[in-house]
Amino acid sequence: MMIQLKIDGKNINARKGEPLVDVALKNDIYIPTLCYTTGQACLGTCRVCSVKVDGVVTAACTVPVAHGMDVEVNEPEVTDMRKALVESLFAEGTHNCPSCEKSGRCDLQAVGYEVGMMVSRFEYRFTPRRRDYASDKILLERDRCIFCQRCVDFVRDEETGQKIFSISGRGANSRIEINAEFANKMTAEQVTRAVNLCPVGTIVEKGVGFNDPIGKRKFEIKSVRERALEGGPK
Amino acid sequence: MSNHAVKQADSAINEMYSHDLPRTPVDAEFLASQEGKIKVSMIGLCGCWGCTLSVLDMDERLLGLLDKVTILRSSLTDIKRIPERCVVGFVEGGVANEENIETLEHFRENCDILISVGACAIWGGVPAMRNQESLSDCLAEAYIGSPTVVLGVIPIIPDHPDIPKLTTKVYPCHDVVKMDYFIPGCPPDGDAILKVLDDLVNGRPVNLPTSINRYD
Amino acid sequence: MKKIHEILENHNSDRTRLMDILWDIQNQWGYIPDEILPEMADKLGLTELDIRETYSFYHFFLGKPPAKHQIYLSDTVIARMHGYQAVYDALEQETGCIFGEKDVTDTFGLKTTSCIGLSDQEPAMLIGKEVFTRLTPEKISQIISRLKRGDSPADIVNPDGVASDTLAYINTMVESGIRSKGAVFFQNKTDFKALLNQVINTRPEVIINTVSESGLRGRGGAGFSTGLKWRLCSDNDENTRFVICNADEGEPGTFKDRVLLMESPKEVIFGMITTGHAIGAQEGIIYLRSEYYYLKDYLEKQLADFRAEGLLGKCIGGKPDFNFDVRIQMGAGAYICGDETALIESMEGKRGTPRVKPPYPVNMGYLGKPTSVNNVESFVAVTRIMEEGALWFKAMGTAESTGTRLLSISGDCDAPGIYEIEWGVTLNEVLKKAGAKDAWAVQVSGPSGDCVSVKKDGNRAIALEDLSCNGSFMVFNRSRDLLAIVKHFMQFFVNESCGICVPCRSGNVDLLKKISRVIENKACQKDIDEVVAWGKLVRKTSRCGLGGTSPKPILTTLEKFPEIYQEKLVKQIGPLLPSFDLIESQRGYLEAVATLNNRSTCS
Repeated sequence: MMIQLKIDGKNINARKGEPLVDVALKNDIYIPTLCYTTGQACLGTCRVCSVKVDGVVTAACTVPVAHGMDVEVNEPEVTDMRKALVESLFAEGTHNCPSCEKSGRCDLQAVGYEVGMMVSRFEYRFTPRRRDYASDKILLERDRCIFCQRCVDFVRDEETGQKIFSISGRGANSRIEINAEFANKMTAEQVTRAVNLCPVGTIVEKGVGFNDPIGKRKFEIKSVRERALEGGPK
Repeated sequence: MSNHAVKQADSAINEMYSHDLPRTPVDAEFLASQEGKIKVSMIGLCGCWGCTLSVLDMDERLLGLLDKVTILRSSLTDIKRIPERCVVGFVEGGVANEENIETLEHFRENCDILISVGACAIWGGVPAMRNQESLSDCLAEAYIGSPTVVLGVIPIIPDHPDIPKLTTKVYPCHDVVKMDYFIPGCPPDGDAILKVLDDLVNGRPVNLPTSINRYD
Repeated sequence: MKKIHEILENHNSDRTRLMDILWDIQNQWGYIPDEILPEMADKLGLTELDIRETYSFYHFFLGKPPAKHQIYLSDTVIARMHGYQAVYDALEQETGCIFGEKDVTDTFGLKTTSCIGLSDQEPAMLIGKEVFTRLTPEKISQIISRLKRGDSPADIVNPDGVASDTLAYINTMVESGIRSKGAVFFQNKTDFKALLNQVINTRPEVIINTVSESGLRGRGGAGFSTGLKWRLCSDNDENTRFVICNADEGEPGTFKDRVLLMESPKEVIFGMITTGHAIGAQEGIIYLRSEYYYLKDYLEKQLADFRAEGLLGKCIGGKPDFNFDVRIQMGAGAYICGDETALIESMEGKRGTPRVKPPYPVNMGYLGKPTSVNNVESFVAVTRIMEEGALWFKAMGTAESTGTRLLSISGDCDAPGIYEIEWGVTLNEVLKKAGAKDAWAVQVSGPSGDCVSVKKDGNRAIALEDLSCNGSFMVFNRSRDLLAIVKHFMQFFVNESCGICVPCRSGNVDLLKKISRVIENKACQKDIDEVVAWGKLVRKTSRCGLGGTSPKPILTTLEKFPEIYQEKLVKQIGPLLPSFDLIESQRGYLEAVATLNNRSTCS
């Protein structure tokens, strides 16, 4: 059923119940996301896609559009909130872009550029976190983990359907765990998919340094905004 | 006046801030010729000087900049002291030892605007990788348990008043003094540095476009 | 000793009952042994990491063998006002072990825990399933010596061996502390059989209308209209529906649900039966926080009584098509499981992380079915409304907040305990009732609520229209350090955050750092401005009510007691920021020299 809503003052027609992030993309309005993947279940963990719906701040990926909604994306207060959440992530983990294998094709970094982060307003923490080398092909660089839960929810052992990644602990002491037995069964293609699924450089392929030369990396060829607007749902 | 206790000279130990140690003064004629230009000083704290070198990457556009700007204290001009109050202080490198703290304070006191240039000044950078360990462990690995310790003697870590002591953690500059602007990068592109300096020099609001902002 | 496969079979190897399975395992072995994980995983269709994923979330599930006596001392602001530190020190001294560890003989292990619902009788501690209240260093000395001699905690609290399924057993350990009764609660005159007959012979729509008309709103804190919740629940095509009693009562300073479960358990269960009839549910579950484990046997007995009398089970009250029974689901130590969707996740054997909404539990809740989650006190109110009618209830209280509610009052007052008040009474009237002379500040609704000033807010009404309250009511006089209290609340939220969303997991840590900075005289006005902005960020972008309210201790005290912050702020002198700790920056090297440079041997 088609409905009408407003985004940043623009009248938009959309299918009722579709996620707001996708509706916006279809109408050339980019809302930055980190944990959301079009077509997959909404995780709602990063909150970076926060917008105002009828005056209330909400994560756009969790909103099924309804008739008459008044959505503000580029409103100053919520725009700064999105920036602040990205800055939170850079201060919470230890994000050493200069030495990271994912630099240039990292969603967090790309969204950082997109929101115009220069420096985090929060205190950089440098929390010690242990790397996991147990599996043969995957290195788990926990320093960079943003706990989006994409790996936990979407990566599965093809044979048994079981989870390969899980989360342990609680709150600020959470950490991602890897099931080394299943991880070792992953094919090269599955490993690549997991690496690409991870929005940061936490799931990293052992033995692979940098994929592309500086200047020719994923988000240098096209920004995250351009890619989302082009490659998003049609 | 800084928060440091001023070190008193006594008969055995004579301590001064490094920026108070005497040096050949800057040529007075040169200084006079630079009147009317915007004065800039540059320093590297715990940095690799890559950000300073990156300034040179703006190539011939540096000449246009130097019509309006004069660089005083810096490793490029080899002027070793801030001779007069500057408008802009270009700071690369984070704060990793007590001398860095003193130098940064000195820059804060003598510049109107301070810019954190590069990853190290902005969040600590490569040196800050030691923040995930204790300082004792790092020093023990470097001096006590190192494969190149001299046999037959008890190794110690440096402990002399002339050698600046490492701080407990490596700090971003803005944790120590107020910093006014930030140019990310490791190093930032010459374009990025130019854009910010150009905005400042021409009185525009500083804006680093997404296309030239990089963290690596 | 049961074998692991027996434990699993008792629960039909149902992975959604993982919490129950973990408790059976821990009750037998004292912890969750790594060695049994492969068999568990195999039978439950999970991986070992999945099982760890669940149990590592909860404070009371242990992955390593505990000491013989694992002691949990309740760390709350109220305890700290009543000799907590002396008790803490006495515990360490008497057991020979420090907090966070076990002693060398593995006899004692010491840990702290968040509020265990005994604010009117603190300091308090849990040892196994037993709880010890009104602690003093002398009592600690006595308890620990007896434990060292080989007595069990049960021997100490219950020397006469009173049966664990009686109120007398519970009374050996805790008091009910009912100080003031009203018209609704603790009447203990309900004829359940007769009332059941009345209820099941009333059409569900009429029951729902009655509850709606009464104006009853959820007594857990959110204050959602109970009648509306039931209506939304019934408005579903699904035939299977569930009633859940939220007995997680984790908000520090709240203990009214505990007292209701002690003194009016049958009214609670009856409320669930009524709900079952109203929304067409066949199963009710009481999610009981594990800190109330000592209530479990007693509650099971109440359920057994009802079954024996035909009020639970099949064909209740003779009605052929009404089957309804209730089971008890234990929590395992997570404040966040008081959030209804987190509670449901926990009931499904998972970590207690709140769900993305929509969908809401009334449409898709427990096991994906329409579920009504209601508070303990709400169920008792329902029972009484069935007895006395909607108009009776509505006549009390205010327009938006009808009826009465229970307050659990603690802190600087003569008579901490349970007070039944009619909505609409003023803050001052409540303080007078509780004998709170010289009250200065009141934390209304616990850390997630508001810190109000008696001087400025004394005449405000306790009502949803003005100053809403979920029961928790903590009174502080002028001698209390409000900043330390705020910091304690922030630490609580940091400990209890589930960690699934960025603003709460990360933002609360930053807010805790800010309040610490204020207390350490290292903050300036910019820090206050930032704390307000960051507080707003966390409140607005968080996924659930925990992040939605965690900045409030700072924000409400800033509003009502700005002077306690202002007097701590420092002005910057010189180029160094006041927040930069010069002494701390020098400490590392001094320590390194001291430890590394005074050795007499080569490495």
